[in-house]
Amino acid sequence: MRITRPQQPERKDLSGFAENLLLEMYRRMLLIRRFELKVNELYQEGRMPGTIHLSHGQEATTVGACLALDRDDVITLTHRGHGQALAKGVPVEAVMAELFGKATGCCRGKGGSLHVGDLSVGALPAIGIVGASSPIAAGMAFAFQRAGNRRIVLNFFGDGAVNEGDWHEAMNLAALWKLPVVFLCENNFYGVSTHISEVVLNEYLAERAAAYRMRGVTVYGNDPITVYDTVREAAGGARNGEGPTMVECLTYRRGGHKRDDRGSYRPEEEVDAWFQRDPIPDFREYLLTDERITPEQLDRLEGEIDAAVDRAVDFALSSPDPQASSALEDLYAE
Amino acid sequence: MRSDRREDRTLTIVEALREALREEMQRDASVFLMGEDIRLGGSFSFTLGMLDTFGAERVVNTPISESGFIGLAIGAAIQGLRPVVDFQYGDFLFCAMDQIVQQAAKLRYMSGGQVRIPLVIHLPTGASGRGAQHANSMEGFLFHIPGIKLVAPASPYDAKGLLKAAIRDNNPVILCAHKHLYGSKGRQLVESSLSTEYVPEEEYTIPLGVADVKREGRDITVVANLLMLHHALNAAASLAGEGIDVEVVDPRTLVPLDVETIGASVRKTGRLLIVEENNERGGWGAQVAAEVASREFGYLKAPIRRVATPDVPIPFAPVLESAVVPGEERIRRAVLEMLEAPGEPPQGGN
Repeated sequence: MRITRPQQPERKDLSGFAENLLLEMYRRMLLIRRFELKVNELYQEGRMPGTIHLSHGQEATTVGACLALDRDDVITLTHRGHGQALAKGVPVEAVMAELFGKATGCCRGKGGSLHVGDLSVGALPAIGIVGASSPIAAGMAFAFQRAGNRRIVLNFFGDGAVNEGDWHEAMNLAALWKLPVVFLCENNFYGVSTHISEVVLNEYLAERAAAYRMRGVTVYGNDPITVYDTVREAAGGARNGEGPTMVECLTYRRGGHKRDDRGSYRPEEEVDAWFQRDPIPDFREYLLTDERITPEQLDRLEGEIDAAVDRAVDFALSSPDPQASSALEDLYAE
Repeated sequence: MRSDRREDRTLTIVEALREALREEMQRDASVFLMGEDIRLGGSFSFTLGMLDTFGAERVVNTPISESGFIGLAIGAAIQGLRPVVDFQYGDFLFCAMDQIVQQAAKLRYMSGGQVRIPLVIHLPTGASGRGAQHANSMEGFLFHIPGIKLVAPASPYDAKGLLKAAIRDNNPVILCAHKHLYGSKGRQLVESSLSTEYVPEEEYTIPLGVADVKREGRDITVVANLLMLHHALNAAASLAGEGIDVEVVDPRTLVPLDVETIGASVRKTGRLLIVEENNERGGWGAQVAAEVASREFGYLKAPIRRVATPDVPIPFAPVLESAVVPGEERIRRAVLEMLEAPGEPPQGGN
């Protein structure tokens, strides 16, 4: 197995970024972290049904990518999608309630953890089949291209998707027709227990973009500024008719694949190296290099986030279950 | 409506389908067409001439990439377009089954109704002398999937009205038409009283989920669709000469299924024979049999019977293909057996 070490790029001066944007990045990253840890706790206590795939550790990639989009742009989510939904702006109460299978959930309790999303804020409810979202993302981009509305689609997928036929078909179609898509790979190196180097010969997955005559770039995914800048550029190109880009973000999940997985198949050396590069404290430290931002500000934000997550849990627990009869609704549109 | 029959409006199924497609593309700018070899009209000339009329923006030639372009069509539909996707052979849909079963059929449901997917997929279906991998009766496989609608027109008049309704529907609709009925490019057209017919030029749609009695009769109800409808009509015509009065019902749409029209016919005749080209095990005819048995049991004078393809793939040799795919003679024999032995279980196989 090849161990890819975190290689943080040199930090740039943050003065070129609006203070609001920087604080929003931190706020959303923190929201995802606290949300995922709370969800994990609720599962371990047996209070939440179903299964979960937690995304903590990958916050910088997810948030950097989503904040680089315009409000009208659309993302597709993966099975590890809680963070993506929160980063795009799905209300935290609606995501939490969906995980509890409540009528007030973003999918009325029909989706669950694997299918969270809200298209009204540009988050197509998550597609839980690896690779299957890529052609659908290309299709939404096809509609935007035909409408000439300058909207774009960002397709989230993991390293596991790059050996699926659907993914390759979508990459080809999007490149061929210059569709306004950003293919965003959250490469956390593992498909469940299988390390990416066991299943592909490429050193970087973005190498594959070249086979489709598509731009491909690999970046350090635990720094939201790096991800933001990269996706911003890719999104701009897509918007201007230059076609898709594949952006590979190297990151690491702090939990296992799912709730009962402790990730023991990962070598200690790798885990240590990546855990030391935790995106949340790293970004906090980075933010404090900017003279506009104070520790008190960030502390206050942390308090607000904790309260918001607690409120979301209360909201979900006090929400009604769906009516049994609603199991027969929402199949066909009028 | 059909009294003003004129020779120049006597169409084959594919001519009627093309007319419907053309009208809908003219009517609604959000309708667009995708498929392989679209400039050639696909394999059965469904898309013939569309590129010249509507241009490459709306008539999109695709790579051989079925899962990719079905997924793309789903995404485009979610964002407000109304894709019509042509398959050269329905069999190729298996390459896109995740997109059909897990995505198109479920995205609305599992999102709590957030999206709608107005998508039409045209599938040439059935056995036609091409061996096992270009011969699937797709309707048999697709019948089981909640979340899609399944349409199977057998006559040109129905084909036009049903395709227009399918394109206007806000859900994924799969339209199967039988390879032996297109009658295009000099291909063999299985003939019956309905294989070509008068199709009005004016606008009409046929609602999805409404069966049609294609021939009225007193003695027995034969429910059949696609190519089997034509074999059933031919069998009925020949049995009429022997004093047997067969009613023939075409479900026209399999999902939703019009069990009421079928039930009304059985209440009248007391006997039900179902003829389907798909493999017998789990075919749509089993559902019809179960529905009728539970709703109309008291009216039945004989056990319900099914004529279907036995549970094997379709073999190539013409003599073998016709040994497994139901034809006029098997239908005749089943009808005769059901009428000769009222109340007795059928002897032997089909």
